[in-house]
Amino acid sequence: MTGWRAGIASALLGIAIWQAIVWIGDLPKFILPGPGLVAETLWKSRVTIAENALVTLIEVLVGLGLGAVLGGLSAIGLAASPVARALVRPMLVFSQAVPVFALAPILTLWLGYGLLSKVAMALIIIYFPVTSSFFDALMRTNQDWLGLAKVMGASRRRIMWHIRVPAALPGFASGLRLAAVYAPIGAIIGEWVGASKGLGYLMLLANGRAKIDLMFASLIVLAVMTMCLHASVDLFCRKVLDRADH
Amino acid sequence: MSLAPSLFLRGDAKIGDALIFEGIDLTVTAGQWTCLLGSSGVGKSTVLKLFAGLADHVEMTGAFGAEDGPLEGRVALMAQSDLLLPWLTVAENVSLGAKLRGEAPDQAKIMDVLDRVGLADRSGEKPAALSGGQRQRVALARTLMEDRPVVLLDEPFSALDAKTRARMQELTAEVLEGRTVLLVTHDPGEAARLGHAIKVMTESSLRDVAPPTGDVPRAVDHPDVLKIQASLLAQLREDA
Repeated sequence: MTGWRAGIASALLGIAIWQAIVWIGDLPKFILPGPGLVAETLWKSRVTIAENALVTLIEVLVGLGLGAVLGGLSAIGLAASPVARALVRPMLVFSQAVPVFALAPILTLWLGYGLLSKVAMALIIIYFPVTSSFFDALMRTNQDWLGLAKVMGASRRRIMWHIRVPAALPGFASGLRLAAVYAPIGAIIGEWVGASKGLGYLMLLANGRAKIDLMFASLIVLAVMTMCLHASVDLFCRKVLDRADH
Repeated sequence: MSLAPSLFLRGDAKIGDALIFEGIDLTVTAGQWTCLLGSSGVGKSTVLKLFAGLADHVEMTGAFGAEDGPLEGRVALMAQSDLLLPWLTVAENVSLGAKLRGEAPDQAKIMDVLDRVGLADRSGEKPAALSGGQRQRVALARTLMEDRPVVLLDEPFSALDAKTRARMQELTAEVLEGRTVLLVTHDPGEAARLGHAIKVMTESSLRDVAPPTGDVPRAVDHPDVLKIQASLLAQLREDA
């Protein structure tokens, strides 16, 4: 209950500060609309916002799912093979040095204006945190467990599946928690560069037509969506993946 | 369980440039408890790791192994930490070896070994629900489940409180009877209770000490046990 109350109190405080800025600065609504107007727009345009939010949500979920699977498999592959580590890791680090924002136009060129380019963007943004936190955890397995398994006559493959992977699941979980927050960023960037649907598209459209209230309404929906996604992933991680924690 | 072999180790060991021990000549008699006693850092654990096949980083000049052939696959290991996997149940931890070798776990045998360590009613629980002593009993059950003729014990009782330790020593001596056991310890009392043979290890020597009379496990308060314990402690302090 305290958590809920604190959350509501915090939201009310934020809204109060927002309203205060509008009043004190005497800002016109095409610069900064007040919370009242944004709430009204949110209600009036609920169908448009919901339709576009659904598009973004699908992009994010597909990207997140693919990123989790690809990142998870990559981490296991890297942990299993020193050759793969030597060859692939520098490439991964280099790929992180490329600003992902700069890739968005290329992805749109290659994959078109539809779902695929946004999913790819979300995937690229979350792949590294998922891979790297899972990989780090896989490389930190308790050496004594590995010794015991070796004395028991275990193969490397079975040690990986029965000891290293389950022991590293909390690391995978922290990667997924980050991914839940990053994936929407990827999808939105993709939509900004080229789209005809989605919250990012709606925000650009509203901005261009000086409908700042609609832009804020979309932004709030996006933020709430991201928070819900993070909470769901967090719940999943705690119930399923963190069981290795003491 | 196949017939328990004698073990031997002769020679010098180095890790990188650091000398761990030299001129060691150790025999572990078949079917008996040999206690290897010494201060920290004299290479007791290295001896154990060599026998366990976990000493890839150690440069060994000399020879070690079983008198009757290769040792691989005939050794079970029990360490100071219970090494239970927290995400598995007690029963799953006990049968970990089978799982890691891709064999079907023998359910009846799992229950039998858990029964022998007095934990048959806890088989479905996770290790976190158990006390330190109970967890170490699960580790003992896992060791029994492996059913190997040679058992290497690396200070398995040192993290337990005095009462639990005494009981674990008795239980372990009872259930491992007939196997070749090498116990590495820094506790003179433990060596005096459990050793058919007691060896005090220093960086440059290995000294045999006559064990107390009587069957293993000997009573904690037996005068002979107390006397040997005191003499072992005196020797350890001299060496330091």
